[in-house]
Amino acid sequence: MSRTLADRAAIAGIGATEFSKKSGRTPLQLAVEATRAALEDAGIAAAEVDGMVSFTGDQNAETEIARCLGIPRLTHFSRIHYGGGAACATIQQAAMAVATGISEVVVAYRAFNERSERRFGAGRQGPTADVPVPLPTNWYAPFGFVTPASWVAMFARRYMHEYNASSEDFGRVSVADRKHAATNPKAWFYEQPITLEDHQESRWIVEPLHLLDCCQESDGGVAIVVTSPERARDLAHPPVMIRAAAQGASSDQETMTSYYRDDIAGLPEMGLVGDQLWAQSGLGPDDIQTAILYDHFTPFVLPQLEELGFCERGEARHFIADGNIELGGRLPINTNGGQLGEAYIHGMNGIAEGVRQVRGSAVNQVEDVDHVVVTAGTGVPTSALILGRA
Amino acid sequence: MLSAEKKKELEEAIYAFVGKPIGPPFTGRDVVNEPMIRQWCDAMGETSPNYLDAVAAEKSPHGGIVAPPMMLQAWVMQGWEMHEGYDEPKNEEHRLHKLLTDAGYEGVLGTDTEQSFSRYLRLGDAVTADTVIEHISEEKATGAGVGYFITTRATFTDQNGAELGWMTFRVLKFIPNQPQQAASDDDGAAQPAKPARIKPPMGHDNSWWWQACTDGKIQIQRCGGCEKLRHPPRPMCGACGSMEWDAVESSGRGTLHTYTVIHYPQFPGYEFPIIAALVDLEEGVRMMSSISGCDYEKVEIGMPLQGVIHEDEDGFALPIFRPREDSQ
Ligand SMILES: [Zn+2]
Repeated sequence: MSRTLADRAAIAGIGATEFSKKSGRTPLQLAVEATRAALEDAGIAAAEVDGMVSFTGDQNAETEIARCLGIPRLTHFSRIHYGGGAACATIQQAAMAVATGISEVVVAYRAFNERSERRFGAGRQGPTADVPVPLPTNWYAPFGFVTPASWVAMFARRYMHEYNASSEDFGRVSVADRKHAATNPKAWFYEQPITLEDHQESRWIVEPLHLLDCCQESDGGVAIVVTSPERARDLAHPPVMIRAAAQGASSDQETMTSYYRDDIAGLPEMGLVGDQLWAQSGLGPDDIQTAILYDHFTPFVLPQLEELGFCERGEARHFIADGNIELGGRLPINTNGGQLGEAYIHGMNGIAEGVRQVRGSAVNQVEDVDHVVVTAGTGVPTSALILGRA
Repeated sequence: MLSAEKKKELEEAIYAFVGKPIGPPFTGRDVVNEPMIRQWCDAMGETSPNYLDAVAAEKSPHGGIVAPPMMLQAWVMQGWEMHEGYDEPKNEEHRLHKLLTDAGYEGVLGTDTEQSFSRYLRLGDAVTADTVIEHISEEKATGAGVGYFITTRATFTDQNGAELGWMTFRVLKFIPNQPQQAASDDDGAAQPAKPARIKPPMGHDNSWWWQACTDGKIQIQRCGGCEKLRHPPRPMCGACGSMEWDAVESSGRGTLHTYTVIHYPQFPGYEFPIIAALVDLEEGVRMMSSISGCDYEKVEIGMPLQGVIHEDEDGFALPIFRPREDSQ
């Protein structure tokens, strides 16, 4: 038996609520609806679920979801830290639980009213009882430096300086995402493409980030069902194999503010994740047909392309300007519209899109997909997956 | 005046109140709602659409109507029944006041209040206040008369138990020099606190650095084992593993590594836009700060900067950088 995680588990089902700005119901209900939809998609009864994984920040207890769905026992439950960096790591946890026989059917989920209740974009302006302020925050908040957009903008400005990139280079990511969202009926920005001029004319949030560099804030839930390849083979859809699953935190890492490295124009934690993806899977960038690259803010899409080896360091702007990230290009990204266009469900909706691309059922289907890379939150300790056909 | 013995008795009785909650936590009788916000705004002359105009507020970064932060205490006011409370004490604060009143300290004067807000309140939020008698001063002679300063601290939480903010309120309970004399404004009647900068949470690993700012110094932690400088401070050296350290004072001279100009969202306590800066200090560490004294359109990576300690009106001190002219 293989010593790596490659092909030791498969995704059998995906489910989601609608994506909105005001769900009108509790996060728990969203979590339960998404989980039920994922189990129905897989054709697995709720009673067979024996593992659950989510984000540390998710407010829905595994046990409450289990009670709602009538899941009688759980033998694995775990939570991953670092916000959106957790997304693909939830699948890694599930795959490890399945590969080691700890659990047979694991649901990874994320559900919140991020738009209508607690908005991350408003920034962390002080400690609250449920969210203890991590000590590093104290070096930033007194300067009025409290929003995710501002934390990312600091890197973006340096990236522009190092590699002669411009706001337009970031804007092209937004334009590509919105182009893809425009033909995805599930996307919040369905039928609402933008131009580069729209991007340039959108107001400043935190220079050099325009409004259209920033992802949406959304209400919704997504759930993913992971089981063994053997079990998945007998189910409704062909298994989507977890070819690789990796996490990474790098030297001098902070959460969104890793500013003390000599070079802050890269994302070394994503490089670390990428190295593991290629090593686990035996694949390389040329084997990947499409990717879901975490896009809470456009600037970090560029170093992701570089860290994962889709282009040379500093060359992402040319790779993008040449049309490579749009449908029909070398590596269409965020074919669901991404978090800028579809919804911000902390990266979990991106995993679902990766599954659809492998199944061949995406609304913006890329031809002949063998392998998809999906990444999780950037600027934080992060994670990523390679999904592939059985 | 009281006899020494009576006074000792009184002080024993009143100091026993320090640290006591005034009563069980009190949850406001109404959740955060539009009519109360509108009435408060009318009374205060507040016109921000974020508080008053549902359509405009929906498009604001709040995504809907929010309550003015200064209203925080209004949501947990207990209403008319408390008015007569000092004769018929309903809570520990009243009992404390009554002890003093009965001993001749009949006057009461609000002196100052401090407030801190953790987030904007949204419609439907339920506010709970937990109020503690935090401090009672020794007896002081004031312009109004001899008396004791009593500080209460209310901590406000939401329906999930998350902290919304806090308020301290200090009153002077005193023997009036001239009974019935109304306190004039000059005596320091309570003024609303001016919104202030967000304060860092203080812990063992960082508070010494902020204290040094108050003393006028920009400090850099230095390893006691290998003498490597490190910032931000932390308890162990990643290079040699030593937990010994001291600090050196930075010259404040540095260059700009990168920066952002923060336009949005705008929150109280700051002037916008903020030029947030990462500065490479000449000693070899990088430090987060902000830039003042420079048009943000003139800021550029690599520009020479000089850090100086800036003290806010409330006494909080931190390093702020300005363009450095003597750049050779
Ligand atoms: Zn050392």
